[in-house]
Amino acid sequence: MTLNAYLILSTILFCIGLIGVIKRKNVLMLFFSTEIMLNAVNVGLAAISKFHGDLSGQIFAFFIIAVAASEVAIGLGLLILWYKRTGSINLDDIAKMRG
Amino acid sequence: MEKYIYIALFAPLVGSLVAALFSTQPKTVFTGWFTSFMLAVSMFASLNLLHYVYTSETTLHVNLFDWIVIGNLNIPFGFVVDQVSVVMMSVVTVVSTMVHIHSIGYMEHDKGFNRYFSYLSAFVFSMLVLVMSDNFAVLFIGWEGVGVCSWLLIGFWYHKESATWAANEAFIMNRIGDLGLLLGMFLIYWNIGSLQYDIVFAQLGGLDNSLLVWIGCLLFLGAMGKSAQFPLHTWLADAMEGPTPVSALIHAATMVTAGVYLVVRSNELYTLIPEVGYAIAALGAFVAIFAASMALVNNDMKRIIAYSTLSQLGYMFVAAGLGAYWVALFHLATHAFFKSVLFLGAGNVMHAMDDELDIRKMGGLHKKMKATSIIMTVASLALAGIFPLAGFFSKDKILEAAFNADAILLWGVLWVTAGLTAFYSFRLVMKIFFGEQNYSNEEFHPHEAKNFVIAAMIPLAVLAVVAGWFEHSFVEFVTKTLPTWEASNIAHSTAWILILITSAVAIGGIAVAVFKYRNGGFSKDWENTSIYKLLSNQYYIPKFYEVFISRPYYAVSVWIWKVIEIKLIDASIDGLAHFVNKLGVKARPIQTGNLSSSLRLMVFGLILGLVFALVLSVL
Repeated sequence: MTLNAYLILSTILFCIGLIGVIKRKNVLMLFFSTEIMLNAVNVGLAAISKFHGDLSGQIFAFFIIAVAASEVAIGLGLLILWYKRTGSINLDDIAKMRG
Repeated sequence: MEKYIYIALFAPLVGSLVAALFSTQPKTVFTGWFTSFMLAVSMFASLNLLHYVYTSETTLHVNLFDWIVIGNLNIPFGFVVDQVSVVMMSVVTVVSTMVHIHSIGYMEHDKGFNRYFSYLSAFVFSMLVLVMSDNFAVLFIGWEGVGVCSWLLIGFWYHKESATWAANEAFIMNRIGDLGLLLGMFLIYWNIGSLQYDIVFAQLGGLDNSLLVWIGCLLFLGAMGKSAQFPLHTWLADAMEGPTPVSALIHAATMVTAGVYLVVRSNELYTLIPEVGYAIAALGAFVAIFAASMALVNNDMKRIIAYSTLSQLGYMFVAAGLGAYWVALFHLATHAFFKSVLFLGAGNVMHAMDDELDIRKMGGLHKKMKATSIIMTVASLALAGIFPLAGFFSKDKILEAAFNADAILLWGVLWVTAGLTAFYSFRLVMKIFFGEQNYSNEEFHPHEAKNFVIAAMIPLAVLAVVAGWFEHSFVEFVTKTLPTWEASNIAHSTAWILILITSAVAIGGIAVAVFKYRNGGFSKDWENTSIYKLLSNQYYIPKFYEVFISRPYYAVSVWIWKVIEIKLIDASIDGLAHFVNKLGVKARPIQTGNLSSSLRLMVFGLILGLVFALVLSVL
């Protein structure tokens, strides 16, 4: 397999995630979408790292996984609180910052 | 010796700053005595310098620091103590010290006591900077400094409309003169490349005559503003709104003579352009008689003395214009003594009469204020030029100078003015101290001023008597810097005749005043004549200024305000602001608070940025 195949996969995953971010109204789904995007980037990093024989790309991917995990932990925590308070996790209902 | 220069210069500043610390507090007598003490220190340093320069015949020169050094322009903060400046320093500090002490008594009950002394000492500092400077730039700093202090002190009672008005008038009138001085300085710098007196005066000979005339005229314009010469004279009489010791110090003895000092200092320049000098002399003679005529009919005690100051400044300019520079300086010094003491005496009278200024409501005060009365009479005699008082020697020399220059017309004008001077001085003395009492004993309780107030006036009164006796040593002293001048054209006997007829007209003036006002003065009909009205309305000049300058200027200002300011400048700036504001209103819906649409916008921005970067990289 060539590097391009991996990068194309990465791009497709990223676009799926991006469309999810734009389209989805459920905040939980939004989290999934961002996870997809982050992992799309990880695929790209790991692939380039492998093909160039440079380990730093893979190490970076590990960092991203760690950061994403903590982000999701905090995000889900907040989301639960929000759900307990309002009974909804619809994105359109969260509009307190209206200008 | 250098330390004395610094002491003389900075002692008043120290006094001023210390007094300023207490400026918002209620009266503390300490500030008055402290500033007076600092002035006394400055006076002793100045007199010490006078003695040193006199005995050693050297001039001192110090450079405090380099002030402006840009390319070829080098202006140091330098001070020179030569024969001319040391005379000025001595006169300024002696008069200031006495005025400070007098003020302690005069301002006794004033709320702004501490503030007053801070201003007064600051004025003395500025005046010393002016006279001690060794270049035009530092002179200009002092020049503006005395202007500001004058403004502060004329408007000292700022709650009075008339005082603030007079202060502004003085300041604005002086701006006209200052513009002239500045332009003159620019011309000097452009053509010579320096503002140091010694360099400038050494190179003046190489310049074009027309250029010299321009410089001379512009510098004299500055002098006209400060010394209140026609047509910039109206501010001086109005400046009498300030406290009386201020009038004594600033508007009689020191600041107004700065113009004369400038002309005397630039004597090398004016010697090269005698035609400008003659014009100065002619203007001086005109102002002398013009101001004296207004003093004849005025009933405001301080204004009479102010017009007399104006008239004497005219005399000084005649002497300076005709090349008799030391005579101008001599008259400046003697005039400072007797005029300041006259004003201080007027201050005592005002205090005794509850700030009454109208001499028609006084009279017979001699019995109640003997010391003031005697001192003011002596000062008036000196002003009138009676032998052997100071005014006799200096004024006589000016008349001689006019006669010597074959300017018979000028001489005639000055001769008549000498008579008028004697008359109005004694009209003032008679109306205040002698003659019948024109106030009721129930309403006023005149009393003599405190002893230390009188004591402060005595040195000045003594100087007003004896200053003239030192004429010969004075001449010998100052002509080391100034050009010599002698009445070379007139025979010895003619000179004596001149002295006699001048004294005769002065004594005649006094006699008429004494005789007339002892017998009740002039009749009421005199006040209805047109000439009386012309004089008492100051030749309608303030009116003329108001109608032809102030009001049109005001109208133009209003027009500019309404049309240019509001419709053009404000409107365009406001328009810009409104545009931005509207843009904000239009852009506000972006902030819906909806995360989903925000995210969409974010993605859109990201893509836009990427496309932009792509396009840029392709290009």
